[in-house]
Amino acid sequence: MTTEPRATPTHPPAIEVVGLLKSFGDHEVLRGLDLTVAPGSVHALLGSNGAGKTTAIRILSTLLRPDGGRAAIDGHDVATEPARVREAISLTGQFTAVDDVLTGHENLVLVGQLRHIADPAATADTMLARFGLTEAGDRRAATYSGGMRRRLDIAMSLVGDPSVLFLDEPTTGLDPEARIEVWRTVRELAAQGTTILLTTQHLEEAEQLADRISILHGGRIIVEGTLEELKALLPPARVEYVEKRPSLEEIFLSVVGSAS
Amino acid sequence: MSTVLTDTVVLTRRSLRHVLRSPDTIITTAITPIAMLLLFVYVFGSAIDTGDGPGEAYVDYLLPGILLITVASGVAYTSYRLFLDLQSGFLDRLRSMPIARSAVLWAHVLTSLVANLVSLALVVLVAVAMGFRSGAGLLAWLGVLGIMVVFTLALTWLAVVAGLTAKSTDGAGGFAYPLLFLPFLSSAFVTTDGMPGPVRWFAEHQPVTSIVDTLRRLYAEEPLGDDVWTALAWCVGLLVLAYALAMRSYRRRTSG
Ligand SMILES: Nc1ncnc2c1ncn2[C@@H]1O[C@H](COP(=O)(O)OP(=O)(O)OP(=O)(O)O)[C@@H](O)[C@H]1O
Ligand SMILES: [Mg+2]
Repeated sequence: MTTEPRATPTHPPAIEVVGLLKSFGDHEVLRGLDLTVAPGSVHALLGSNGAGKTTAIRILSTLLRPDGGRAAIDGHDVATEPARVREAISLTGQFTAVDDVLTGHENLVLVGQLRHIADPAATADTMLARFGLTEAGDRRAATYSGGMRRRLDIAMSLVGDPSVLFLDEPTTGLDPEARIEVWRTVRELAAQGTTILLTTQHLEEAEQLADRISILHGGRIIVEGTLEELKALLPPARVEYVEKRPSLEEIFLSVVGSAS
Repeated sequence: MSTVLTDTVVLTRRSLRHVLRSPDTIITTAITPIAMLLLFVYVFGSAIDTGDGPGEAYVDYLLPGILLITVASGVAYTSYRLFLDLQSGFLDRLRSMPIARSAVLWAHVLTSLVANLVSLALVVLVAVAMGFRSGAGLLAWLGVLGIMVVFTLALTWLAVVAGLTAKSTDGAGGFAYPLLFLPFLSSAFVTTDGMPGPVRWFAEHQPVTSIVDTLRRLYAEEPLGDDVWTALAWCVGLLVLAYALAMRSYRRRTSG
Protein backbone atom coordinates (compact mmCIF):
# COMPACT_ATOMS: atom_id res chain seq x y z
CA MET A 1 0.00 0.00 0.00
CA THR A 2 2.95 2.34 -0.25
CA THR A 3 2.31 5.24 -2.56
CA GLU A 4 5.48 6.32 -4.23
CA PRO A 5 5.70 10.09 -4.17
CA ARG A 6 7.02 10.27 -7.66
CA ALA A 7 5.74 12.59 -10.34
CA THR A 8 4.74 11.23 -13.71
CA PRO A 9 4.61 13.63 -16.67
CA THR A 10 0.82 13.79 -16.49
CA HIS A 11 0.55 13.83 -12.71
CA PRO A 12 2.62 16.34 -10.84
CA PRO A 13 2.81 15.62 -7.12
CA ALA A 14 -0.20 16.99 -5.27
CA ILE A 15 2.17 18.79 -2.96
CA GLU A 16 5.78 19.52 -3.79
CA VAL A 17 8.03 21.50 -1.51
CA VAL A 18 11.69 22.11 -2.28
CA GLY A 19 14.16 23.87 0.00
CA LEU A 20 11.52 25.99 1.71
CA LEU A 21 12.89 28.76 3.93
CA LYS A 22 11.02 30.91 6.43
CA SER A 23 12.26 33.10 9.27
CA PHE A 24 10.45 35.36 11.71
CA GLY A 25 12.97 38.07 12.51
CA ASP A 26 16.18 36.16 13.12
CA HIS A 27 14.34 33.03 14.20
CA GLU A 28 14.81 30.57 11.34
CA VAL A 29 11.79 28.31 11.45
CA LEU A 30 12.05 26.46 8.14
CA ARG A 31 15.60 25.83 6.95
CA GLY A 32 15.22 23.94 3.71
CA LEU A 33 12.03 21.95 4.00
CA ASP A 34 11.52 19.28 1.34
CA LEU A 35 8.26 17.41 1.01
CA THR A 36 6.55 15.49 -1.76
CA VAL A 37 3.03 14.15 -1.43
CA ALA A 38 1.52 11.94 -4.11
CA PRO A 39 -2.03 12.61 -5.29
CA GLY A 40 -4.62 10.76 -3.24
CA SER A 41 -2.33 9.90 -0.37
CA VAL A 42 -2.42 10.83 3.29
CA HIS A 43 0.77 12.36 4.58
CA ALA A 44 1.44 13.11 8.22
CA LEU A 45 3.79 15.85 9.31
CA LEU A 46 5.10 15.26 12.80
CA GLY A 47 7.07 17.64 14.90
CA SER A 48 7.40 19.00 18.41
CA ASN A 49 5.76 22.24 19.49
CA GLY A 50 7.27 25.11 17.55
CA ALA A 51 8.86 22.84 14.93
CA GLY A 52 7.21 24.86 12.15
CA LYS A 53 4.32 22.61 11.11
CA THR A 54 1.77 25.42 11.12
CA THR A 55 4.21 27.73 9.36
CA ALA A 56 4.63 25.16 6.57
CA ILE A 57 0.86 24.68 6.26
CA ARG A 58 0.30 28.44 6.14
CA ILE A 59 2.81 28.80 3.33
CA LEU A 60 1.19 25.93 1.41
CA SER A 61 -2.24 27.51 1.80
CA THR A 62 -0.99 30.89 0.46
CA LEU A 63 -1.38 32.69 3.79
CA LEU A 64 2.33 33.26 4.30
CA ARG A 65 5.10 34.05 1.84
CA PRO A 66 8.20 31.87 2.00
CA ASP A 67 11.61 33.59 2.16
CA GLY A 68 13.07 31.09 -0.25
CA GLY A 69 12.59 27.72 -1.85
CA ARG A 70 9.58 26.56 -3.78
CA ALA A 71 6.20 25.09 -2.99
CA ALA A 72 3.62 23.92 -5.49
CA ILE A 73 0.16 22.39 -5.29
CA ASP A 74 -0.90 20.28 -8.29
CA GLY A 75 1.97 21.90 -10.16
CA HIS A 76 0.89 25.47 -9.31
CA ASP A 77 3.41 27.59 -7.45
CA VAL A 78 2.01 29.01 -4.21
CA ALA A 79 3.88 32.29 -4.63
CA THR A 80 3.19 33.01 -8.29
CA GLU A 81 -0.17 31.32 -8.84
CA PRO A 82 -1.95 31.67 -5.49
CA ALA A 83 -5.38 31.89 -7.12
CA ARG A 84 -4.93 28.50 -8.81
CA VAL A 85 -3.66 27.04 -5.56
CA ARG A 86 -6.71 28.30 -3.64
CA GLU A 87 -8.97 26.60 -6.19
CA ALA A 88 -7.39 23.26 -5.33
CA ILE A 89 -6.91 23.45 -1.57
CA SER A 90 -8.82 23.73 1.62
CA LEU A 91 -7.47 24.54 5.04
CA THR A 92 -8.56 23.47 8.49
CA GLY A 93 -6.29 25.61 10.61
CA GLN A 94 -4.88 24.72 14.00
CA PHE A 95 -7.50 26.89 15.68
CA THR A 96 -11.16 26.55 14.82
CA ALA A 97 -12.31 29.28 12.45
CA VAL A 98 -16.10 29.33 12.33
CA ASP A 99 -18.42 32.32 12.42
CA ASP A 100 -19.88 32.28 15.93
CA VAL A 101 -22.78 34.56 15.09
CA LEU A 102 -24.01 32.34 12.26
CA THR A 103 -25.65 28.95 12.75
CA GLY A 104 -23.84 25.79 11.70
CA HIS A 105 -26.03 25.60 8.61
CA GLU A 106 -25.36 29.21 7.69
CA ASN A 107 -21.62 28.73 8.10
CA LEU A 108 -21.70 25.83 5.65
CA VAL A 109 -23.94 27.67 3.18
CA LEU A 110 -21.59 30.66 3.31
CA VAL A 111 -18.62 28.52 2.29
CA GLY A 112 -20.70 26.83 -0.41
CA GLN A 113 -21.71 30.18 -1.87
CA LEU A 114 -18.14 31.47 -1.81
CA ARG A 115 -16.98 28.31 -3.57
CA HIS A 116 -19.78 28.73 -6.11
CA ILE A 117 -21.13 25.20 -5.74
CA ALA A 118 -24.47 24.22 -7.25
CA ASP A 119 -26.69 23.78 -4.18
CA PRO A 120 -25.11 25.22 -1.04
CA ALA A 121 -28.15 24.54 1.18
CA ALA A 122 -28.38 20.85 0.24
CA THR A 123 -24.63 20.43 0.67
CA ALA A 124 -24.89 22.09 4.08
CA ASP A 125 -27.56 19.58 5.13
CA THR A 126 -25.45 16.67 3.93
CA MET A 127 -22.42 17.93 5.83
CA LEU A 128 -24.41 18.48 9.02
CA ALA A 129 -25.70 14.92 8.84
CA ARG A 130 -22.25 13.54 8.10
CA PHE A 131 -20.74 15.23 11.14
CA GLY A 132 -23.60 14.54 13.52
CA LEU A 133 -24.62 18.18 13.67
CA THR A 134 -28.10 17.99 12.16
CA GLU A 135 -29.79 18.68 15.49
CA ALA A 136 -27.55 21.66 16.15
CA GLY A 137 -27.65 22.97 12.58
CA ASP A 138 -29.96 25.86 13.35
CA ARG A 139 -28.17 26.96 16.48
CA ARG A 140 -25.50 29.62 16.50
CA ALA A 141 -22.00 28.19 16.43
CA ALA A 142 -21.24 30.17 19.61
CA THR A 143 -23.43 27.68 21.51
CA TYR A 144 -21.45 24.63 20.29
CA SER A 145 -19.03 22.63 22.39
CA GLY A 146 -15.38 22.62 21.39
CA GLY A 147 -15.77 19.28 19.64
CA MET A 148 -18.84 20.40 17.73
CA ARG A 149 -17.08 23.57 16.59
CA ARG A 150 -14.14 21.53 15.35
CA ARG A 151 -16.43 19.18 13.45
CA LEU A 152 -18.20 22.16 11.88
CA ASP A 153 -14.80 23.64 11.05
CA ILE A 154 -13.72 20.46 9.26
CA ALA A 155 -17.10 20.16 7.53
CA MET A 156 -16.67 23.72 6.21
CA SER A 157 -13.31 22.75 4.76
CA LEU A 158 -14.85 19.87 2.85
CA VAL A 159 -17.52 21.92 1.09
CA GLY A 160 -16.69 22.15 -2.60
CA ASP A 161 -14.65 18.92 -2.66
CA PRO A 162 -11.13 20.37 -2.60
CA SER A 163 -8.53 18.04 -4.10
CA VAL A 164 -5.89 18.86 -1.49
CA LEU A 165 -6.79 19.20 2.16
CA PHE A 166 -4.60 20.59 4.93
CA LEU A 167 -5.54 19.52 8.43
CA ASP A 168 -3.49 21.25 11.11
CA GLU A 169 -3.91 19.18 14.28
CA PRO A 170 -7.47 18.26 13.35
CA THR A 171 -8.24 16.20 16.43
CA THR A 172 -6.62 18.27 19.16
CA GLY A 173 -9.21 18.85 21.85
CA LEU A 174 -11.65 16.26 20.53
CA ASP A 175 -12.96 13.42 22.68
CA PRO A 176 -12.10 9.86 21.55
CA GLU A 177 -15.42 9.41 19.81
CA ALA A 178 -15.12 12.63 17.81
CA ARG A 179 -11.51 11.76 17.03
CA ILE A 180 -12.53 8.42 15.58
CA GLU A 181 -15.21 10.21 13.54
CA VAL A 182 -12.57 12.54 12.09
CA TRP A 183 -10.32 9.58 11.34
CA ARG A 184 -13.19 7.89 9.53
CA THR A 185 -13.73 11.05 7.46
CA VAL A 186 -10.05 11.25 6.57
CA ARG A 187 -10.09 7.63 5.40
CA GLU A 188 -13.24 8.24 3.34
CA LEU A 189 -11.73 11.30 1.71
CA ALA A 190 -8.52 9.45 0.96
CA ALA A 191 -10.54 6.63 -0.61
CA GLN A 192 -12.22 9.20 -2.84
CA GLY A 193 -8.83 10.45 -4.00
CA THR A 194 -8.39 13.57 -1.87
CA THR A 195 -4.80 14.33 -0.98
CA ILE A 196 -4.40 15.05 2.70
CA LEU A 197 -1.54 16.64 4.57
CA LEU A 198 -2.13 16.52 8.28
CA THR A 199 -0.08 17.60 11.22
CA THR A 200 -0.52 15.97 14.55
CA GLN A 201 0.87 15.61 18.02
CA HIS A 202 -0.81 12.23 18.38
CA LEU A 203 1.59 9.75 16.91
CA GLU A 204 -1.08 7.12 16.98
CA GLU A 205 -3.06 9.32 14.61
CA ALA A 206 -0.23 9.25 12.09
CA GLU A 207 0.09 5.50 12.52
CA GLN A 208 -3.62 5.08 11.93
CA LEU A 209 -4.06 7.36 8.94
CA ALA A 210 -0.91 8.15 7.08
CA ASP A 211 0.49 6.44 3.99
CA ARG A 212 3.71 8.28 4.60
CA ILE A 213 5.13 10.17 7.53
CA SER A 214 7.61 13.05 7.71
CA ILE A 215 9.28 14.21 10.87
CA LEU A 216 10.05 17.94 10.94
CA HIS A 217 12.88 18.89 13.22
CA GLY A 218 15.29 21.81 13.23
CA GLY A 219 13.57 23.33 10.21
CA ARG A 220 14.05 20.29 7.99
CA ILE A 221 12.51 16.90 7.38
CA ILE A 222 14.87 14.54 9.16
CA VAL A 223 13.02 11.34 8.39
CA GLU A 224 10.48 10.48 5.73
CA GLY A 225 8.87 7.21 4.75
CA THR A 226 6.11 4.73 5.37
CA LEU A 227 5.52 3.55 8.88
CA GLU A 228 7.37 0.33 8.03
CA GLU A 229 10.33 2.25 6.65
CA LEU A 230 10.45 4.40 9.76
CA LYS A 231 10.37 1.32 11.95
CA ALA A 232 13.36 -0.07 10.14
CA LEU A 233 15.27 3.08 11.06
CA LEU A 234 15.14 2.46 14.75
CA PRO A 235 18.65 1.79 15.99
CA PRO A 236 19.16 -1.99 16.11
CA ALA A 237 20.53 -1.84 19.64
CA ARG A 238 17.19 -0.57 20.69
CA VAL A 239 15.24 -3.19 18.77
CA GLU A 240 17.01 -5.99 20.56
CA TYR A 241 15.34 -5.37 23.84
CA VAL A 242 12.10 -3.97 22.49
CA GLU A 243 10.27 -7.17 21.84
CA LYS A 244 6.97 -5.76 20.64
CA ARG A 245 6.81 -3.85 17.39
CA PRO A 246 8.19 -0.38 18.10
CA SER A 247 5.57 2.31 18.24
CA LEU A 248 5.84 5.46 16.23
CA GLU A 249 6.29 7.29 19.48
CA GLU A 250 9.48 5.39 20.19
CA ILE A 251 10.74 6.03 16.68
CA PHE A 252 9.88 9.70 16.96
CA LEU A 253 11.68 10.16 20.25
CA SER A 254 14.64 8.21 18.97
CA VAL A 255 15.15 10.17 15.72
CA VAL A 256 14.38 13.55 17.24
CA GLY A 257 16.68 12.76 20.12
CA SER A 258 19.61 11.77 17.93
CA ALA A 259 19.10 14.75 15.60
CA SER A 260 19.36 17.40 18.27
CA MET B 1 -22.11 38.91 -12.36
CA SER B 2 -18.40 38.76 -11.80
CA THR B 3 -17.15 36.80 -8.83
CA VAL B 4 -15.92 39.99 -7.14
CA LEU B 5 -19.50 41.20 -7.02
CA THR B 6 -21.11 37.92 -6.00
CA ASP B 7 -18.46 37.30 -3.34
CA THR B 8 -18.96 40.82 -1.99
CA VAL B 9 -22.72 40.33 -1.89
CA VAL B 10 -22.38 36.98 -0.08
CA LEU B 11 -19.96 38.38 2.49
CA THR B 12 -21.99 41.57 2.96
CA ARG B 13 -25.06 39.47 3.71
CA ARG B 14 -22.99 37.63 6.27
CA SER B 15 -21.90 40.72 8.16
CA LEU B 16 -25.33 42.33 7.86
CA ARG B 17 -26.54 39.24 9.72
CA HIS B 18 -24.07 40.13 12.45
CA VAL B 19 -25.65 43.58 12.67
CA LEU B 20 -29.20 42.23 12.61
CA ARG B 21 -28.38 39.74 15.37
CA SER B 22 -27.06 42.47 17.60
CA PRO B 23 -29.45 45.31 16.84
CA ASP B 24 -28.12 46.96 19.98
CA THR B 25 -25.16 48.11 17.87
CA ILE B 26 -27.52 50.26 15.80
CA ILE B 27 -29.38 51.48 18.87
CA THR B 28 -26.13 52.25 20.71
CA THR B 29 -24.89 54.11 17.68
CA ALA B 30 -28.03 56.22 17.57
CA ILE B 31 -28.54 56.72 21.29
CA THR B 32 -25.56 58.97 22.08
CA PRO B 33 -26.32 61.41 19.26
CA ILE B 34 -30.00 61.39 20.24
CA ALA B 35 -29.09 62.12 23.86
CA MET B 36 -26.90 64.99 22.65
CA LEU B 37 -29.73 66.27 20.52
CA LEU B 38 -32.06 66.29 23.54
CA LEU B 39 -29.47 67.79 25.85
CA PHE B 40 -28.42 70.59 23.54
CA VAL B 41 -31.90 71.49 22.35
CA TYR B 42 -33.75 71.35 25.68
CA VAL B 43 -30.99 72.23 28.15
CA PHE B 44 -28.42 74.44 26.41
CA GLY B 45 -30.48 75.47 23.41
CA SER B 46 -32.12 78.49 25.03
CA ALA B 47 -28.71 79.86 25.99
CA ILE B 48 -27.18 79.42 22.56
CA ASP B 49 -27.53 82.14 19.99
CA THR B 50 -26.86 80.87 16.50
CA GLY B 51 -27.61 84.18 14.92
CA ASP B 52 -30.54 82.81 12.99
CA GLY B 53 -33.89 84.47 12.83
CA PRO B 54 -36.40 83.95 15.64
CA GLY B 55 -38.31 81.45 13.50
CA GLU B 56 -35.36 79.06 13.28
CA ALA B 57 -35.30 76.28 15.80
CA TYR B 58 -31.97 75.31 17.38
CA VAL B 59 -32.63 71.71 16.41
CA ASP B 60 -32.36 72.80 12.76
CA TYR B 61 -28.98 74.31 13.48
CA LEU B 62 -27.79 71.33 15.47
CA LEU B 63 -28.84 68.38 13.32
CA PRO B 64 -25.94 68.28 10.80
CA GLY B 65 -23.29 68.08 13.53
CA ILE B 66 -25.28 65.37 15.28
CA LEU B 67 -25.43 63.39 12.03
CA LEU B 68 -21.63 63.49 11.74
CA ILE B 69 -21.29 62.36 15.36
CA THR B 70 -23.64 59.46 14.64
CA VAL B 71 -21.37 58.20 11.88
CA ALA B 72 -18.21 58.79 13.92
CA SER B 73 -19.54 56.56 16.69
CA GLY B 74 -21.08 54.01 14.32
CA VAL B 75 -17.95 53.14 12.35
CA ALA B 76 -16.21 51.77 15.45
CA TYR B 77 -18.25 48.57 15.05
CA THR B 78 -16.55 47.98 11.71
CA SER B 79 -13.14 48.04 13.38
CA TYR B 80 -14.46 45.69 16.00
CA ARG B 81 -15.97 43.18 13.58
CA LEU B 82 -12.92 43.22 11.33
CA PHE B 83 -10.63 42.72 14.32
CA LEU B 84 -12.70 39.71 15.41
CA ASP B 85 -12.42 38.21 11.92
CA LEU B 86 -8.66 38.59 12.14
CA GLN B 87 -8.40 37.18 15.64
CA SER B 88 -10.73 34.25 15.17
CA GLY B 89 -8.86 33.06 12.10
CA PHE B 90 -11.98 33.53 10.01
CA LEU B 91 -10.14 36.00 7.79
CA ASP B 92 -7.46 33.35 7.20
CA ARG B 93 -10.12 30.88 6.19
CA LEU B 94 -11.47 33.39 3.68
CA ARG B 95 -7.98 34.22 2.43
CA SER B 96 -7.22 30.57 1.74
CA MET B 97 -10.36 30.28 -0.39
CA PRO B 98 -10.67 31.19 -4.08
CA ILE B 99 -12.50 34.46 -3.53
CA ALA B 100 -11.75 38.01 -4.59
CA ARG B 101 -9.59 39.52 -1.88
CA SER B 102 -11.17 42.95 -2.11
CA ALA B 103 -14.56 41.35 -1.39
CA VAL B 104 -13.57 40.71 2.22
CA LEU B 105 -12.98 44.37 3.09
CA TRP B 106 -15.73 45.78 0.89
CA ALA B 107 -18.26 43.56 2.63
CA HIS B 108 -17.39 45.16 5.97
CA VAL B 109 -17.49 48.63 4.42
CA LEU B 110 -20.87 48.17 2.74
CA THR B 111 -22.28 46.75 5.96
CA SER B 112 -21.07 49.83 7.80
CA LEU B 113 -22.75 52.02 5.21
CA VAL B 114 -26.10 50.28 5.60
CA ALA B 115 -25.95 50.19 9.41
CA ASN B 116 -24.96 53.85 9.64
CA LEU B 117 -27.70 54.94 7.25
CA VAL B 118 -30.24 53.18 9.47
CA SER B 119 -28.82 54.91 12.56
CA LEU B 120 -28.90 58.25 10.72
CA ALA B 121 -32.54 57.70 9.77
CA LEU B 122 -33.36 57.05 13.45
CA VAL B 123 -31.64 60.28 14.49
CA VAL B 124 -33.45 62.28 11.81
CA LEU B 125 -36.78 60.81 12.94
CA VAL B 126 -36.13 61.92 16.51
CA ALA B 127 -35.14 65.37 15.26
CA VAL B 128 -38.39 65.60 13.33
CA ALA B 129 -40.30 64.64 16.47
CA MET B 130 -38.44 67.47 18.24
CA GLY B 131 -39.58 69.99 15.68
CA PHE B 132 -36.98 69.77 12.94
CA ARG B 133 -38.55 70.97 9.70
CA SER B 134 -37.21 71.44 6.22
CA GLY B 135 -38.88 72.48 3.02
CA ALA B 136 -35.96 71.23 0.96
CA GLY B 137 -36.73 69.36 -2.24
CA LEU B 138 -35.61 65.94 -3.36
CA LEU B 139 -32.43 67.24 -4.95
CA ALA B 140 -31.26 68.96 -1.78
CA TRP B 141 -31.97 65.82 0.27
CA LEU B 142 -30.08 63.72 -2.26
CA GLY B 143 -27.22 66.17 -1.75
CA VAL B 144 -27.40 65.59 2.01
CA LEU B 145 -27.50 61.84 1.45
CA GLY B 146 -24.58 61.99 -0.98
CA ILE B 147 -22.38 63.89 1.45
CA MET B 148 -23.29 61.55 4.31
CA VAL B 149 -22.49 58.51 2.16
CA VAL B 150 -19.06 59.81 1.16
CA PHE B 151 -18.37 60.88 4.75
CA THR B 152 -19.43 57.47 6.09
CA LEU B 153 -17.26 55.66 3.55
CA ALA B 154 -14.27 57.81 4.46
CA LEU B 155 -14.64 57.19 8.20
CA THR B 156 -15.35 53.50 7.59
CA TRP B 157 -12.10 53.00 5.69
CA LEU B 158 -10.36 54.70 8.61
CA ALA B 159 -12.15 52.21 10.85
CA VAL B 160 -10.81 49.42 8.64
CA VAL B 161 -7.28 50.70 9.25
CA ALA B 162 -7.97 50.71 12.99
CA GLY B 163 -9.38 47.18 12.88
CA LEU B 164 -6.44 45.84 10.89
CA THR B 165 -3.78 47.43 13.07
CA ALA B 166 -5.41 46.91 16.47
CA LYS B 167 -3.83 44.71 19.12
CA SER B 168 -6.99 44.33 21.21
CA THR B 169 -10.75 44.77 20.84
CA ASP B 170 -10.60 47.96 22.92
CA GLY B 171 -7.91 49.35 20.66
CA ALA B 172 -10.01 48.50 17.62
CA GLY B 173 -12.86 50.79 18.70
CA GLY B 174 -10.84 53.46 20.48
CA PHE B 175 -9.75 55.33 17.36
CA ALA B 176 -13.20 56.90 17.08
CA TYR B 177 -13.06 58.96 20.29
CA PRO B 178 -10.95 61.81 18.87
CA LEU B 179 -13.35 61.97 15.93
CA LEU B 180 -16.21 62.55 18.35
CA PHE B 181 -14.51 65.70 19.64
CA LEU B 182 -13.94 67.44 16.34
CA PRO B 183 -17.56 68.65 16.07
CA PHE B 184 -17.18 70.52 19.38
CA LEU B 185 -14.40 72.59 17.82
CA SER B 186 -16.50 73.49 14.82
CA SER B 187 -19.67 75.32 13.89
CA ALA B 188 -21.69 72.20 14.74
CA PHE B 189 -23.03 73.44 18.11
CA VAL B 190 -22.36 77.18 18.10
CA THR B 191 -21.25 79.63 15.47
CA THR B 192 -17.52 80.16 15.26
CA ASP B 193 -17.89 83.95 15.64
CA GLY B 194 -17.65 83.89 19.41
CA MET B 195 -14.60 81.61 19.62
CA PRO B 196 -11.20 83.00 20.67
CA GLY B 197 -8.71 83.57 17.81
CA PRO B 198 -6.70 80.34 17.45
CA VAL B 199 -9.68 78.11 18.26
CA ARG B 200 -11.76 79.99 15.75
CA TRP B 201 -9.06 79.61 13.11
CA PHE B 202 -8.94 75.86 13.74
CA ALA B 203 -12.72 75.58 13.75
CA GLU B 204 -13.07 77.40 10.47
CA HIS B 205 -10.43 75.33 8.74
CA GLN B 206 -11.22 71.84 9.91
CA PRO B 207 -13.48 69.59 7.82
CA VAL B 208 -16.46 69.41 10.18
CA THR B 209 -17.34 73.09 9.83
CA SER B 210 -17.53 73.09 6.04
CA ILE B 211 -19.46 69.80 5.98
CA VAL B 212 -21.90 70.92 8.67
CA ASP B 213 -22.44 74.32 7.02
CA THR B 214 -23.07 72.68 3.66
CA LEU B 215 -25.60 70.22 5.09
CA ARG B 216 -27.36 73.06 6.91
CA ARG B 217 -27.62 75.15 3.75
CA LEU B 218 -28.83 72.18 1.73
CA TYR B 219 -31.89 71.57 3.84
CA ALA B 220 -32.46 75.25 4.60
CA GLU B 221 -32.59 75.82 0.83
CA GLU B 222 -29.92 78.50 1.03
CA PRO B 223 -27.31 79.15 -1.67
CA LEU B 224 -24.40 76.77 -1.14
CA GLY B 225 -21.46 79.07 -1.81
CA ASP B 226 -17.90 77.75 -1.82
CA ASP B 227 -18.35 75.68 1.31
CA VAL B 228 -19.77 72.80 -0.67
CA TRP B 229 -16.51 72.42 -2.60
CA THR B 230 -14.46 72.61 0.56
CA ALA B 231 -16.74 70.02 2.16
CA LEU B 232 -16.55 67.70 -0.84
CA ALA B 233 -12.80 68.10 -1.09
CA TRP B 234 -12.42 67.14 2.57
CA CYS B 235 -14.74 64.12 2.27
CA VAL B 236 -13.28 62.79 -0.96
CA GLY B 237 -9.71 63.56 0.11
CA LEU B 238 -10.23 61.76 3.39
CA LEU B 239 -11.85 58.85 1.58
CA VAL B 240 -8.94 58.43 -0.84
CA LEU B 241 -6.39 58.71 1.95
CA ALA B 242 -8.23 56.30 4.24
CA TYR B 243 -8.69 53.79 1.41
CA ALA B 244 -4.99 53.88 0.56
CA LEU B 245 -4.06 53.45 4.22
CA ALA B 246 -6.50 50.55 4.56
CA MET B 247 -5.02 48.76 1.55
CA ARG B 248 -1.55 49.21 2.98
CA SER B 249 -2.58 47.91 6.41
CA TYR B 250 -4.26 44.94 4.78
CA ARG B 251 -1.12 44.04 2.85
CA ARG B 252 0.99 44.44 5.97
CA ARG B 253 -1.30 42.41 8.15
CA THR B 254 -1.63 39.59 5.66
CA SER B 255 1.95 39.22 4.48
CA GLY B 256 4.29 37.50 6.82
N1 LIG C 1 3.87 35.35 12.93
C1 LIG C 1 4.92 34.94 13.66
N2 LIG C 1 5.79 35.82 14.16
C2 LIG C 1 6.86 35.42 14.88
N3 LIG C 1 7.13 34.14 15.17
C3 LIG C 1 6.29 33.21 14.71
C4 LIG C 1 5.14 33.55 13.94
N4 LIG C 1 4.50 32.41 13.61
C5 LIG C 1 5.21 31.41 14.14
N5 LIG C 1 6.29 31.88 14.80
C6 LIG C 1 7.31 31.06 15.50
O1 LIG C 1 7.73 30.07 14.61
C7 LIG C 1 7.94 28.84 15.29
C8 LIG C 1 7.16 27.75 14.61
O2 LIG C 1 5.78 27.97 14.83
P1 LIG C 1 4.67 27.01 14.25
O3 LIG C 1 3.36 27.56 14.71
O4 LIG C 1 4.87 26.81 12.81
O5 LIG C 1 5.00 25.65 15.03
P2 LIG C 1 4.15 24.31 15.12
O6 LIG C 1 5.05 23.21 14.68
O7 LIG C 1 2.88 24.45 14.40
O8 LIG C 1 3.92 24.21 16.68
P3 LIG C 1 2.65 23.63 17.49
O9 LIG C 1 2.80 22.17 17.54
O10 LIG C 1 2.82 24.24 18.84
O11 LIG C 1 1.43 24.09 16.80
C9 LIG C 1 7.57 29.08 16.73
O12 LIG C 1 8.74 29.31 17.46
C10 LIG C 1 6.72 30.33 16.68
O13 LIG C 1 6.87 31.07 17.85
MG1 LIG D 1 0.98 24.45 14.90
